[in-house]
Amino acid sequence: MKTRNNKAWFLVLPVVLSVAFSAVVPLMTVINYSVQDIIGPDQKVFVGLEWFKEVLRDPDLHGAFLRQLIYTLVVLAIEIPLGILIALSLPARGWKASLSLVLIALPLLVPFNVVGTIWQIFGRADIGLGGHLLASLGLNYNYATNPLHAWLTVILMDVWHWTPLVALLCYAGLRAIPEGYYQAAKIDGARAWAVFRFIQLPKLSGVLLIALLLRFMDSFMIYTEPFVLTGGGPGNATTFLSIYLTKLAVGQFDLGPAAAFSLVYFLIIQVVSFVLYTVIQRTTNPAAPRQDTP
Amino acid sequence: MTLTLDNIVKQVGTQTHLYRMSLTLQPGLNVLLGPTLAGKTSLMRLMAGLDRPSSGRIVVDGQEVTHLSVQQRSVAFVYQQFVNYPNFSVYDNIASPLKLAGLAPHLIRDRVQSVATLMHLEPVLKRLPAELSGGQQQRVAIARALVKEASLLLFDEPLVNLDYKLREELRAEMSEIFARREAVVVYSTTEPFEALTLGGQVAVLSEGRLLQQGSALEVYHHPETVRVGQVYSDPPMNLLEARLTAGRATLLSGLEFALPAHMAGLDGLYRLGVRANHAGLQPSGPDNLQLAVRVDLAELSGSETYLHTTLSGAELSGTAQGVPPHAAHLVAQLPGIHSVTPGEQATLFVDLRRMFAFDAQGQLVAAPQRLPVAAAQHPLGSR
Amino acid sequence: MARIELDGLAHAYGPRPQQPEDYALRPMTMTWQDGGAYALLGPSGCGKTTLLNIISGLVRPTQGRVLFDGRDVTELPTEARNIAQVFQFPVIYDTMNVHDNLAFPLRNRRIPETEVRRRVGQVAELLELTGDLKNRASGLSADMKQKISLGRGLVRKDVAAILFDEPLTVIDPHLKWQLRSKLKQIHHELKLSLIYVTHDQVEALTFADQVVLMYEGAVVQAGTPQALFEEPEHVFVGYFIGSPGMNLLPCTLAEGAAGLIQIGGASSAPVQLPVAAQHLERARDRGALTLGIRPEFLGCDNAPRPGAVPAVIERVDDLGNYKMATATLGGQTLRAKLPEDAAVVPGAGWLSFPPEKTKLYADSIIVR
Repeated sequence: MKTRNNKAWFLVLPVVLSVAFSAVVPLMTVINYSVQDIIGPDQKVFVGLEWFKEVLRDPDLHGAFLRQLIYTLVVLAIEIPLGILIALSLPARGWKASLSLVLIALPLLVPFNVVGTIWQIFGRADIGLGGHLLASLGLNYNYATNPLHAWLTVILMDVWHWTPLVALLCYAGLRAIPEGYYQAAKIDGARAWAVFRFIQLPKLSGVLLIALLLRFMDSFMIYTEPFVLTGGGPGNATTFLSIYLTKLAVGQFDLGPAAAFSLVYFLIIQVVSFVLYTVIQRTTNPAAPRQDTP
Repeated sequence: MTLTLDNIVKQVGTQTHLYRMSLTLQPGLNVLLGPTLAGKTSLMRLMAGLDRPSSGRIVVDGQEVTHLSVQQRSVAFVYQQFVNYPNFSVYDNIASPLKLAGLAPHLIRDRVQSVATLMHLEPVLKRLPAELSGGQQQRVAIARALVKEASLLLFDEPLVNLDYKLREELRAEMSEIFARREAVVVYSTTEPFEALTLGGQVAVLSEGRLLQQGSALEVYHHPETVRVGQVYSDPPMNLLEARLTAGRATLLSGLEFALPAHMAGLDGLYRLGVRANHAGLQPSGPDNLQLAVRVDLAELSGSETYLHTTLSGAELSGTAQGVPPHAAHLVAQLPGIHSVTPGEQATLFVDLRRMFAFDAQGQLVAAPQRLPVAAAQHPLGSR
Repeated sequence: MARIELDGLAHAYGPRPQQPEDYALRPMTMTWQDGGAYALLGPSGCGKTTLLNIISGLVRPTQGRVLFDGRDVTELPTEARNIAQVFQFPVIYDTMNVHDNLAFPLRNRRIPETEVRRRVGQVAELLELTGDLKNRASGLSADMKQKISLGRGLVRKDVAAILFDEPLTVIDPHLKWQLRSKLKQIHHELKLSLIYVTHDQVEALTFADQVVLMYEGAVVQAGTPQALFEEPEHVFVGYFIGSPGMNLLPCTLAEGAAGLIQIGGASSAPVQLPVAAQHLERARDRGALTLGIRPEFLGCDNAPRPGAVPAVIERVDDLGNYKMATATLGGQTLRAKLPEDAAVVPGAGWLSFPPEKTKLYADSIIVR
């Protein structure tokens, strides 16, 4: 027999409303736009899946997607191992530990557009410390004209900005490993590599998957920093999906294709995140815990 | 108050946690005795109103309360874990249920004081729970339950997480704590010794079934079934399969002996039960059965030595195929602490006068004679 | 396996220890024989874990030396000491199967793979893990995991001693018994040096040939379980071993009347107790006296008996397989464990103290 209590509905109402206005209503609007051609105010024609077809055939989008994929993979390939390495080399306790944690966390506290500005100035050969240094070494470094330089700068910026997050997560994961494991490994004659491979890495797997998921989602949607730094240039060299989307929607005011594009984009992120999430669930709960006294 | 559970059943999903049972609890101490997963906690949660039975009714003083929530009942609960408010002092912890009830401050002070005295907590009233030993933390939890003066007090294995010396001390105080209370006190434990020390009424549970109810000693001396004998003995009662006929018993091994007086007239296949403390390395009287055994291990507990043994190969030869494993393992309890070498051969003396007999269905058919008082009050078959 | 000697060993966590109270471990010298099963027993905070950590090399003692077979290992780190340890919580390598877990210490030491397989096979057989060798270790129950932890110590041939730090804490009660007998059997078959730390007296007494009972950083008695029960050398041993513990009665030597003892205060009537005259003489001026007798050995009757002391029987509780009498003598409470058929009832009574079971303690230490 269940007791019914209608008060519960009243209590969840605020959440229902805020979710409705922040997610459901905008999503519906986007879906609505994606199947209409908006010619002018109050003038629209139903076009079915036309925009989707067009978007999927768009060579510029293909280019942006490929760029985005390479960018995300490169960033993950650098940030995850680097984050683990930093976490391993941090002191475990004492004032040194607190100090290094604060220093490491600093980039995370900088607003995204400021990050872009910092690196924009930093990399300039005339007034930027980094750019000037490279120029004085005889390197012809210019992110505004050289696509490779632009890429290197954008990736370096992302690594600077986000590796601390991975490092902090790993640091927390490492501290959660009981001392007994290290003692047992010593007794078993394990060297540093074996300790890392058979104790630290397996115990970090849960944390690492979370870090991977977060970094995947964020880097896949990156917008502000490259936009401030290069504006997507030179040419289309750093035009990632979000930047392309904005150009489409705001720059050219193609609301229909932009909406269809958004939905495709949204779907990709959903699918990949879901896959990662399932993997996390599997690795962190190998079996359902057994019940004790009923 | 009187608490009645009327034909209750508890199912969770496809699992049955409690099979149909009826139980009436009077004011005073009621012990629920049973091994892990017997359903003790499930039963207490129903009594408290934390869960609802799948079917059946819960009645307090003739009033049905089955669907009343725990807040609407007068209940206090003490758990295995030491549950206290970590950032309240001991005093505030004990006073918390009274403050919630909106009692006048001077009344709160008086009641907290008297409970703190009973639980020997006066010296630590100002401290935080984390600054106390495990034993003291559980004392605080018990004090908080007592101070409410609820009409139903539930203790779910409250001593199980304490070191054995602390357990011993708190257990010895329990009868004083429960004395002079008008509440129905329900106390669950897995230890037969605890049930006997606390006294009162006992209900024996196993695998979700209520097996037997009665006074602690009465049930101990007259376990209605083999299962009760097992649950209500630590280590579990030793069992020997035997064919009884014409005043004589034959074990599966072929060993033959004369039946003790209280088993006269039994005929057929029976299980003879004897508790560990009635088996030893020295004869305890004229009527002793001698069994050749191999010693596996001596377990030293408290002031006793539990000798775990296996009936020797010779004893089992010829008929060994049909012997269930439990019949080959015997435990003897020796007073004092003794060391033995595992693997040693020994002769076990089993006191026949202390033997129980259970029929093929596991029902008790003969129990040892007790002193006149116990025997006269609880004749066999008065179920 | 090795003989372990502790030579003037002491440890303090703070700097510059002055008084005995500053030591987590007070100075001690003792020898543990090769192949013995030793238990370090005591309540929490008694120093047993500190002692274990000194032996395993995780803690360096403030003073004194640790010797394995005469070799000074005090300065050696854990990995150079050839010890194995089983911790409170099972330590297993999650990503490996049971076989690789057991093989890990051997592979780290570059033992040839055929030898690894042979020894892992033997140990798995011994621990009844053969059927699980291919299974992933992380999915197993706590008792299986503890067996694996133990197995990693057993596969090595060079182990000087296996240390156990409360290894049964996370094991289900009904499985504890099985693991204990397994351990006992292994000790019996392999003659290993085992050191087992616990606060649980059942575990310590059941497991060990020799129990080292610790209290407030000092060893109060080391001996067989039987010796600790029958001949407690310190009042704490009497209290801690046995359930209920020893009856401990503060007492004084009666002034003027030789050989008489006053139980409780000086106002109580002096009684004649079976304590040897030379013991009484030796106890004089050695601090507070305590008389100790175990409930199992104290006689209790309603009728007078020769040599018995009159007392008041307050209550007799029937505990099923025995009866427990509570009596008062000189304001002190004593308990006597009686047979289940004993006919003793509350009221006037007589207590008898068997001479060989009655102990006298001066300043908590036995008078001999």
